[in-house]
Formats: sequence, C-alpha cells, structure tokens
Amino acid sequence: MNILFAFLIIAVLGLALGLGLAFAAKKFAVEKDERAEQILAILPGANCGACGYPGCSGYAGALSGGKAQNGLCSPGGAKTSALVAKILGIADEGAGERMVAFVHCRGNHELTKRDFQYEGIEECSAAHMLFQGESSCKYGCLHLGSCMRVCPTNAIHRDEKGNVTVDPEACIGCKKCTLVCPTKVIRMLPARGSHAIACNSRDPGPVVRKICQVGCIACKICEKKFPDSGCTVINFLSEIDYAKPMTQIADAAAACPTKCIVEAKQ
Amino acid sequence: MERLPTFSKGGVHPDDKKALSNNQAIQRLPVPSELVLPLSQHLGAPASPLKQKGDMVVAGEKIGKASSFISADVHCPVNGTITDLRKVVLANSVVTDAFVITPDASNPLGEWPEQPYDALSPEELLAIVKDMGVVGTGGATFPTHVKLSVPKGRTVDALVVNGVECEPYLTADHRLMLEETERVLRGIMIVAKITGPKRIIIGVENNKKDAIAMLRQEIARLGFPITVMALRVKYPQGDEKQLLKATIKREIPSGKLPLDVGAVVLNVGTSFAIYEAVAMRKPLIDRVVTISGEAMKEKKNLRVLLGSKVADLIAFAGGLDHEPDKFISGGPMMGFAFHDDQIPVIKGTSGILALDKEPSAKAPTTPCISCGRCVAACPMGLQPTKLYRLIEHRDYERAMAMNLMDCKECGCCSYSCPAHLPLVHGMKLGKRLGRK
Ligand code: SF4
Ligand code: SF4
Ligand code: SF4
Ligand code: SF4
Ligand code: SF4
Repeated sequence: MNILFAFLIIAVLGLALGLGLAFAAKKFAVEKDERAEQILAILPGANCGACGYPGCSGYAGALSGGKAQNGLCSPGGAKTSALVAKILGIADEGAGERMVAFVHCRGNHELTKRDFQYEGIEECSAAHMLFQGESSCKYGCLHLGSCMRVCPTNAIHRDEKGNVTVDPEACIGCKKCTLVCPTKVIRMLPARGSHAIACNSRDPGPVVRKICQVGCIACKICEKKFPDSGCTVINFLSEIDYAKPMTQIADAAAACPTKCIVEAKQ
Repeated sequence: MERLPTFSKGGVHPDDKKALSNNQAIQRLPVPSELVLPLSQHLGAPASPLKQKGDMVVAGEKIGKASSFISADVHCPVNGTITDLRKVVLANSVVTDAFVITPDASNPLGEWPEQPYDALSPEELLAIVKDMGVVGTGGATFPTHVKLSVPKGRTVDALVVNGVECEPYLTADHRLMLEETERVLRGIMIVAKITGPKRIIIGVENNKKDAIAMLRQEIARLGFPITVMALRVKYPQGDEKQLLKATIKREIPSGKLPLDVGAVVLNVGTSFAIYEAVAMRKPLIDRVVTISGEAMKEKKNLRVLLGSKVADLIAFAGGLDHEPDKFISGGPMMGFAFHDDQIPVIKGTSGILALDKEPSAKAPTTPCISCGRCVAACPMGLQPTKLYRLIEHRDYERAMAMNLMDCKECGCCSYSCPAHLPLVHGMKLGKRLGRK
C-alpha cells in the first residue's frame, strides 16, 4: 500500500515537471540563427581567441549579428573570410596578412651572461619578478617556456640549450604566447617575412657586447651598408620594416657581426 | 603560568636565531667612500630629484622631493658632492634613480642638537614628520605622515607600537628598545600628541625580556601613560593585522586599514626616527641594520647611513666566514634574496643576512599531498594550496575571488609545506598578474 502511494506521488510529480519543461522549452526557445550555425561550421574550430571573442561560436554569433568585423580569424585566413563574406552577403575585404609568432632572442645560458641562478616556479613571469630574470640581459627570453604551455597548436619548441623557437607552419597566429611573455620578446611578424631580428635588447652596443654573444650591438652595418634590407636601428636595436623592400636582407644577415639577423623559417 | 596573548589564526614558530646578534650593542658604520641614495626608498611614488650631477650638498639637505601624497622626501646623509644620478636595482628588484654621493673626506657628518618641541601643535609636529622624510622602518616603508594623518571625524582608540620584531635573526629594534629607550618612548608620545589615542600599548614578544623590563622601568620613571604588553612568540605577529588581534583583540576586515578599527600602528624604529625628526630636526638619513647569518664572520647591529653599500657593511663585520647559500635583505621569511653586494641600504633595510643552506633550505618540490598545513598556518585564513593551483592554471579571477589580495606574503605557507612548494612565490605571482 505504502509503496503504491509513493509510486503515485513520483508519477504525478514527474508528469507535472515534464509538462512544465515542455512548456518552458516552447516559451523560452531561442531562435536558432542559421547563419551563425553555417559560419561556425566554416570557422576552423581552434577556439584560440585570436578574433577577440570567446571561442569560434562567440565569433560566429557576433558575425551573424553584424556585431563583428569579418577577417579577424587568423587561423582561417583569407579562405575563411571569403566564405564568411558569402554567407553574410557582404563584400570580402580579405583577412589581414597572416602573422606568426617569433621569439626575438637567441641568447641562452651558454651565449649570455647570468647574474645569478634562478630557483623557483617554472614560469617566465615568476622568474621575471626577481631582478627581471637571471640573465644579465633584461630584454631577452627567460627560457622557462610559459609561451609553450599556452600555445593551442604546440607550435613552440625549446631545444636542449634552452632556445625557444616557433614553428611558423604550425602557428595559427592566435597571439596567446605574446600575452604571457613578460619581456614581450615573442611578437608577431608577417609570415611572408624571410628574415627576422633575433634580439630584443635596447641596451647600448658596448653593454650587449659584454653580456651576450648573439645580441644586436647597434653597429648599423645592416642599415647603412644594405639600405634595401628593411633594417633600421632604433633604440640600439635593429628592426625590420616588412613593408619595405627586403632585397638585401640576406646580405645584411651575412654581414651582421653577431649574426642576429636570422632566417624566419627556422 | 599565565598564557601570554598572541593572535589566534595560523602562524608558525621558526627558530628565531636572535641569540646570534642580540647582545651586540649598536655600533656606527664609518662613513663609506661613496653613497648610492635611491629616490624610491618608500612605498608610493618615487621622489623627484632636486639636485644634479656636480652639485655640492650638505648633510640633511633635501635632495629628493615627495612627488605625491603617498611619497616621501629624500635627504642627503652627508656633506659632499653628487657625482652621478643613475638607475640602480634595489634588493626587492625595484629599478629606481639614485644619487651617487661622494662624502667630504674631512667633514662628512652633520650635527643635530636637541631643541625644545613641547610647544608645537599636533599639526606642526605632523608637518615636521613629513618634512623629515620619515617612513615606516619595519620594511613596508609606508610614508609615516600618511599613516598619522587621521581624517576629520575619526577618533583613535589605540596607538599600538610594534616592538615585536618577529622575523628570525633581526635584532635592530630590540637593541633600539634597550639602548635608546627614552628616545623611543618620547617618539611614541609625539605620535600620541599627533593622533590623540585613548590608550597607548607597546607589544613586545617575550623573547626580549630585557627590553620589556627596560621599557617598563623607563615608562615608570618618565611617568608616560604607556602599557607594555608581553606577547607570546609567534610569526608573523609583527604584521599590523596580527598585532592588533594580539594586543587589542580587534580584527581588521579584508581590505581595511588599522584606522578603520580605530587603531594607529607603527614600529619602534619609526618612533625613534620620529623623535630624531622632531626633537633634533634630523631627517631620516640613517638606520639600525642587523648584520647576521651563519656565513657572516661577525654578527652586528650597525647604525648605517642610508645609501651605504651592503659590501661596506659586510666588510665592517669582518667579511664572510664562508660562501653563503644566499644573501637576504630583511628577514628570512619576508626579505628579498639578492646577489649583488653593491646594492644600497635604504629606509626599509632592517637586516643583511648571509645564510647557509639550512634555514632557507631548498629541498626538491613534490606535488601537493593535501595535508592542509599551509591552510592551518595562513594567518589570513586563506587556502594557499588552492590558490597556488589556480595560479598555476592562470585562473587569477577565481584566485581573486578567494581573497588572494589579502595575502601578506608572510611566507607561513611555504614554511610549513612538507612538499616544499614555492607557495608564497606563487601568491606574489598571482597578485601581480591578477591585478592587471
Ligand atoms: S642581447 Fe639580444 S639575443 Fe642576447 S639575450 Fe638579450 S635579447 Fe637575447
Ligand atoms: S618567449 Fe617569453 S614566454 Fe616564451 S620562454 Fe621566452 S620569455 Fe618565456
Ligand atoms: S605560437 Fe603563439 S601565436 Fe602561434 S599558435 Fe602558438 S600561441 Fe598562438
Ligand atoms: S648588423 Fe647586426 S648587430 Fe649590427 S645593427 Fe644590424 S642587426 Fe644589429
Ligand atoms: S604568504 Fe599569503 S597565503 Fe601564505 S600564509 Fe602568508 S598570508 Fe597566507
């Protein structure tokens, strides 16, 4: 008798709640945006956040609602932007140029002087809190690989000497690595660039000479002797302007006394 | 035996190592051949330089001007010449501009005769404290005039003076209480005149019985309305929050200041500096620094001109006995490890320690075994292990929601962790990255 009673109560309760749910589903139904669904299917699904939205679905929603600019998906590139433009029925302005991350430093424990030996949490920003890192150069890579751990495509590698480099083929341009790097030594550059400056030091040449064997010593050979290399020395550091013709960059790289102009396709 | 009061939540009992230096009377460090005087020796905005390279300066002259309300003036410790203004790195990794000063070889020091100050009003006293560049000498270096500026309408119930010196090794405040008792007490009475408290309490840990007795004797002789409270030894009792709990049984709520519970807290070193500022019009240009640690040949308490380099202090203490595992500026729990003996002593430098491996041992870290010892040790009632894990996963938002910003960086969690996790280092990292 008791059991029957309990059974009845549960049954009635179940029915009531079920009806309620069905009603709620009807009443509060979200109108599915078909275009958002279509766009989501086109987006690469990397959920990397390069577009600035929380994941691909966030961007798809914003695009279909007309709230976001097309072409922000760096992994998708030009192909994706063209497809999205078609769905939205807008003109395709093309994706921005494909950018990849690059670590602007080749200094390591063998090539760069150290002030002390860091012991502590294996995170670049943790090491950076103590005297901006153990290296005498305060602009370079700290080699603790924080960027590696946030990279969604495992595009960043560290060799046995500590050098941290990005595989430009695997990099989808999400910029996550640039956000965790305390010295901002990992930055984006156009993927088409054949060369890059592998140094980030704004110390004057004589200082760099004393502490690092592979740093830019601001000798200006690249800038003066190879005007078509794209190199300009600003704040004791050579910088390449990728918008300029770079016909002489290979020659400049060969002439650089510290060999800190390196091939970007590592 | 009666149980002495202390704070209730958390805390640890590291070996206090005070016996190494607590019998050493304060000695004066001879004027070094060069001083490096940073413009940022305090919490808040750096002072702006008032002099340039090549200028002649006299002892006590203001050479750096407070650049905002929370900032402090910087004064020249000697007669001499400014030979440079350059960037230096301090023990706490702060990069700041500093004057390089060559003291006049024949007559480097100034003179500050005592003068009457009884007739001065509280406002005038406060103005002098500010003008003399006084900041908290306990280590946090908060500008003292800010602390003593009680907003209108607020009343101060208790002035609590910190004679705890809870960090191991440090004995500078202990020696001041013993050797400069009257001046410390007079300094406290000046603060009392500025802030008008209903009661005045000095809290001293019971490992300084001689100081407690001396303070009581002098208070009786001078007839000051000050109570000395002997406190049970427990780290970090010298923190404002723990000290107020131990002495007047008040809790400062999260994110609030002592003044919010009607208290003003300052330490004995600062009281002494206030006495000198007011009674002698002497700016804060020197301080007592403990030189200690197993690797130091002689242990000392030295009265040092600000801007003296650590190397000068170590040399005066007979040099190193052997290569230390690390140098620490301040105490071993909250101090800063440094590697360069050219860093200068500043207003907040309470000690220079050369430590062997043992006290700051670096055993290999293992994963957290969830023993909960860090939670039990945290005086702020935080959950260091959880916070650490969140910070490892870069989830600063949730760490903030778990009151990460309440962390005092006292080091109790790291000290008690059997897995040797660098917990406090993680807290510092999380606080820094989470604030952005
Ligand atoms: S000098 Fe340049 S290459 Fe060398 S460590 Fe510094 S940033 Fe790196
Ligand atoms: S590039 Fe930056 S984040 Fe990556 S290892 Fe070097 S310092 Fe660390
Ligand atoms: S290397 Fe940097 S930009 Fe490229 S995919 Fe990895 S995290 Fe993103
Ligand atoms: S040649 Fe090399 S070292 Fe000289 S300025 Fe150019 S990049 Fe720097
Ligand atoms: S350092 Fe912070 S988290 Fe650790 S015990 Fe102290 S207050 Fe608690």
